Amino acid sequence: MLERASGAVAARAASSERASSAEAQPTHLRWAHLQPIGRAALVGLVCLYLGAILIGPLAALGVELAHVGIPAALHALAQPDAISALKMSIELTAISVVVNTVVGTLGALAIVRQRFFGRAVVNALADLPLAISPVMIGLAFVLLLGRDGWLSPLIDRIGLKVVFSFPGLVIATLFVALPYTLREVVYVLEEIGTNEEEAAATLGASAWQIFWRVTLPNIRFGLGYGVLMALARSLGEFGAVLVLGGSISGQTQTATTFIHDAIEERQTAGAYGMAVVLALSSVLLLLGLEWAKRHKKVR
Amino acid sequence: MKPAAYALAPTAGERLLRNAVVVYIWLLVAVPLVALVRVGLADGLQSLTHALSSPVARAALWLTLWTSTLVALLNAVLGTASAWVLVRYKLPGRALVSALIDLPLAIPTLVAGMMIAVLYGPLTLVGHALELWGMPIMFARPGIVLALLFVTLPFVIRAVEPVLMEIDPAEEEAARILGAGPLRTFQTVFLPAIGPAALSAAIRSLGRALGEFGSIVIVAGNIPLRTLTAPVYIFGEIESGTPRAAAAVCVLLLVLALALHGLASFIERRIGARHA
Repeated sequence: MLERASGAVAARAASSERASSAEAQPTHLRWAHLQPIGRAALVGLVCLYLGAILIGPLAALGVELAHVGIPAALHALAQPDAISALKMSIELTAISVVVNTVVGTLGALAIVRQRFFGRAVVNALADLPLAISPVMIGLAFVLLLGRDGWLSPLIDRIGLKVVFSFPGLVIATLFVALPYTLREVVYVLEEIGTNEEEAAATLGASAWQIFWRVTLPNIRFGLGYGVLMALARSLGEFGAVLVLGGSISGQTQTATTFIHDAIEERQTAGAYGMAVVLALSSVLLLLGLEWAKRHKKVR
Repeated sequence: MKPAAYALAPTAGERLLRNAVVVYIWLLVAVPLVALVRVGLADGLQSLTHALSSPVARAALWLTLWTSTLVALLNAVLGTASAWVLVRYKLPGRALVSALIDLPLAIPTLVAGMMIAVLYGPLTLVGHALELWGMPIMFARPGIVLALLFVTLPFVIRAVEPVLMEIDPAEEEAARILGAGPLRTFQTVFLPAIGPAALSAAIRSLGRALGEFGSIVIVAGNIPLRTLTAPVYIFGEIESGTPRAAAAVCVLLLVLALALHGLASFIERRIGARHA
């Protein structure tokens, strides 16, 4: 289409050249010969921008790993601290994915399909973790559940330790990953409407049957996209788990806080090794996201 | 939105599940934020003025504000330009670049910071050259801007792309045939369509940049009064055992973040868009 338009412009430029008088030309034809230059400049600018911000840094990480040496990085990753940090991150991500899949699906169904008091507020609350700094989230939970916190009498009574222990990490991860599944399912549900479900209901299907046979197949790619986003966010969370977990080596250290500590202690091999593990998993996730996105659109 | 149909009126079980989820979301999101505000404003507005009396806190807030605003503006312009090139020019390698645009959403921000640090650190060719030119990136403010640009990269591009694809080519042709130049065509045909999308996405990137922590910790060096941003300042206060002082600064940032979030959501609702 663009080719067609520029072709037309070129043809008109040629014909007006024949028409001799330059003053009679409309402005756009007088500057027509500059257009390819303008386009090249725009493309150049965008290439420079994406190269400097995105592609250059990504490539640099690969080069740096080669520099540090893959055997050294692997050796550093085989240390018990690194393994336990990685295990911790995987555990947290697994919990977060399971909980957020259920909460996202049920929450979205409730928000889109039911009318109840405070619906808009819940919808807005579920979106908030996207807007709030992870450090703030960490601090909010410390002030709520930590020593002298609002709920500390209750927590002491139960004998549960939240801050600087595993439950704190779980809460932080659940918080940051909350919006992704819920929003994606809300979008899909709003788009598909209720016709198919109503048809199933009038044909005598129970709520349970409608969910498994009609609703779930319809939302599966949207939900899949949301789950992958939640997975990426849970695996990569840093600020909130640092504040709430304290990054105690072998106990509350996650993959990201491991990198932070390794950099502070100048353990370059460990830091780059773990960073590349996380970067590779995000590239894999990106492929999954692209796949889900493509299926989400075609319906 | 159409009201839920009679045939799908919720059963008792569905209502129970709904209430459980609603309570979960309230407990997880609203209660801790209320606790934060309660502590942050323990002495009313005086806690705010007290928190802002520290020059380090003031400098950190100011640094966060101006770098984030700069990043949002750069995003609005360069993000729109990138979306334009990706949608309209069939360049080689477009599919790969287009897939990579989402990478900042999927990669841990700490790793993003490391990538910037590796490329622009004093030990690499690029970083060394820039330092010789008198513009050190690492442990300096340009590094903060670069890290923020990385983490907010997808926002504007992803918001503008679908709008650009939806614009009817006939409109552009009509403008050209009526004698409008490329600039005039952009102003009259494209800008009204992509403007609101780019604006709301730029506001989102501003909100995101205000709260960024992971990449900044690596890149900025966190020198008080010079490269210490507000989130890192808050973290430092928590580390040194004065979370209550940090809470007041948090409340300021929280109010700003919520206002930006509300504004962006308002624009998105009006144009029927979604955000990244």
